[in-house]
Amino acid sequence: MYKYDLYDQAIIDARVDEFRDQVRRRIAGEITEDQFKPLRLKNGLYLQLHAYMLRVAIPYGTLSSRQLRMLARIARTYDRGYGHFTTRQNIQYHWIKLEQAPDILAELATVEMHAIQTSGESIRNISADHYAGAAADEIEDPRPWAELLRQATTFHPEFSYLPRKFKIAVTASPVDRAALRWHDFALRIVRDEARDTGFEVFAGGGMGRTPFLAYPIRAFLPAEQIFSYLQAVLRVWNRHARRDNIHKQRMKILVHELGEAEFTRQVEEEFGHVLKLGTDFPRVEYERISAHFAPPPFETGLSEDIDRSDPEFALWVDRQTVPHKAPGYAIVNVSLKKVGGIGGDVSAEQMDAVADVAEAFSFDELRVSHAQNLVLPHVRKQDLYMVWQALDAAGLADINLDLVTDIIACPGLDYCSLANARSIPVAQKIATRFADLDRQLDVGELKIKVSGCINACGHHHAGHIGILGVDRKGTENYQLLLGGSGAEDASPAKITGPGFDEDGIVDAVERAVERYRALRDPGERFLDTYRRVGFEPFKEAIYG
Amino acid sequence: MTLRFRDDDPHEEPAVTLDCFLTQEDAHAVRVEAGEDVRQLIPHFDRLKLVEIAFPRFRDGRGYSAACILRESGYTGELRAEGDVLVDQILFLRRCGFDSFAPVQPLDARLVEHALKRFPFVYQAAADAAVPVWKLRHG
Ligand code: SF4
Repeated sequence: MYKYDLYDQAIIDARVDEFRDQVRRRIAGEITEDQFKPLRLKNGLYLQLHAYMLRVAIPYGTLSSRQLRMLARIARTYDRGYGHFTTRQNIQYHWIKLEQAPDILAELATVEMHAIQTSGESIRNISADHYAGAAADEIEDPRPWAELLRQATTFHPEFSYLPRKFKIAVTASPVDRAALRWHDFALRIVRDEARDTGFEVFAGGGMGRTPFLAYPIRAFLPAEQIFSYLQAVLRVWNRHARRDNIHKQRMKILVHELGEAEFTRQVEEEFGHVLKLGTDFPRVEYERISAHFAPPPFETGLSEDIDRSDPEFALWVDRQTVPHKAPGYAIVNVSLKKVGGIGGDVSAEQMDAVADVAEAFSFDELRVSHAQNLVLPHVRKQDLYMVWQALDAAGLADINLDLVTDIIACPGLDYCSLANARSIPVAQKIATRFADLDRQLDVGELKIKVSGCINACGHHHAGHIGILGVDRKGTENYQLLLGGSGAEDASPAKITGPGFDEDGIVDAVERAVERYRALRDPGERFLDTYRRVGFEPFKEAIYG
Repeated sequence: MTLRFRDDDPHEEPAVTLDCFLTQEDAHAVRVEAGEDVRQLIPHFDRLKLVEIAFPRFRDGRGYSAACILRESGYTGELRAEGDVLVDQILFLRRCGFDSFAPVQPLDARLVEHALKRFPFVYQAAADAAVPVWKLRHG
């Protein structure tokens, strides 16, 4: 894992001091709320329905046990004893007091954490494959590049007052676990014929009210030119995006209005200018960062055998673990999607429990996935049973990775001031309807995503089944969407037709699932069947 | 009141619009509105003494790119940020090459000083003289 040096620490500490002063001036009335708002947003602080919400950055979703314990401590000391992991691999707390926010940031800084640029019109915390460094299918660990870009984009003077938010993701596998094409700017590590590392670059994706998939803007970019290329993209957007309508200021809109060819041309022209400035970080700096991500000392000669005599455990192993690149190891997914619970929510006690497990069994490392689950990246197969027991004792041994109850839902009307409808209760009702594990396993991979309004924080556009809360003459109403994907086969979901009330949407989901079961060919996932047979059979099932 | 970080004498000639500047060959000072293309000024740097860039709202970040482009293209004259210019943006503005400020609301000199001194290190090279930490790390 990356360790701060004195420079990183000094920058983070100065940031705490700066924000403390800004909060003081706000409370003293020296600056207006309008002036303060972008400053607090750049420190992760939103004003929600009932209180402030603080979003803490977890760069590329990687955490140490010590950091997770600090997150638990913050939950206990400053919030109501829990935190909420987000779809961008961050954590947020929903019951924060403004005057305590600087103290929280100061505590975070002691474990090399911060809330910098987790909201507002800035370059957001960079996300990455949550199996990075462990996945059997990766070309190399993408996190050194993500860390390099974290530094390059932290307090970038030219790009701190952008037209809107700007989201970056990095992966290094053919399988896309980071929803690359739903980002403003996305990188997939590839190698050219000379085996040199570079990036396949995508630009202009995003959800929100007008969903666009990022398009491939560059097939191969030499890796060490990445900062110049990113700056060129940002500059074209920063200079030419509209500033008169907040809904039209995301980069995807500019790409759409200019056309991909013209946007690419302008970026390449600007890239020619920026490259000459020599702002790219040199190879030695990449190597310094990369050394922090050296693989942990994996043991050799370990057994591949897992004692499956406990049937509950065997089910959990089959669903929650995935292949690791080192023999004798597995990647463990810890579900935060208890049926009837709030997806992504974890209590302080559970955080401490997972931190203990990570320390004892996973080289002190953890990951947060964009599906709002936790990952223990490096567990010896021979330890899986103990890990399962420890997780089970903490109430974290649920079996539902990528199944129908592994639902992503935004905070919705329970917390969010922009919401049209509640998301959490809908997710809970669907999960309860499908709670039976045999039924879930029979249905197989099915990604349901729920947003409480058109802003799409619950990623409904990327759901195999998406649900969008709308306001219909003052009552909460839910639209059903089908056929979205955030994986390497990315596609936007399509609205089926008229919306439903809260119970109606649960029934509609069930009808869609049953139609899939009736139509599927052997081995087909819900999404595969939908793509093969098309929209109509599902529409007919849903609306009768 | 204009806050200046330059040793030369202020250029007192009123700034004209970009269109006027491009046609009036004896003009030395130009005012650039947010969204106008400063690259049009590049052929005229030898007669240019003052560029004033408008900040209609402090959240409008176009002026930051305009300033960077001017500095990296070799402009060394006065570069002024005018309009909704606040103390909490002043560090980034300085880093993008602005060396004078004409805020609508006066700035507190003490806060400006703190804001400019607070961060001991920066991660990336910009239009100022600050050395990025990658360079400090590797000598
Ligand atoms: S999708 Fe809408 S309701 Fe849900 S969190 Fe985002 S803004 Fe709030």
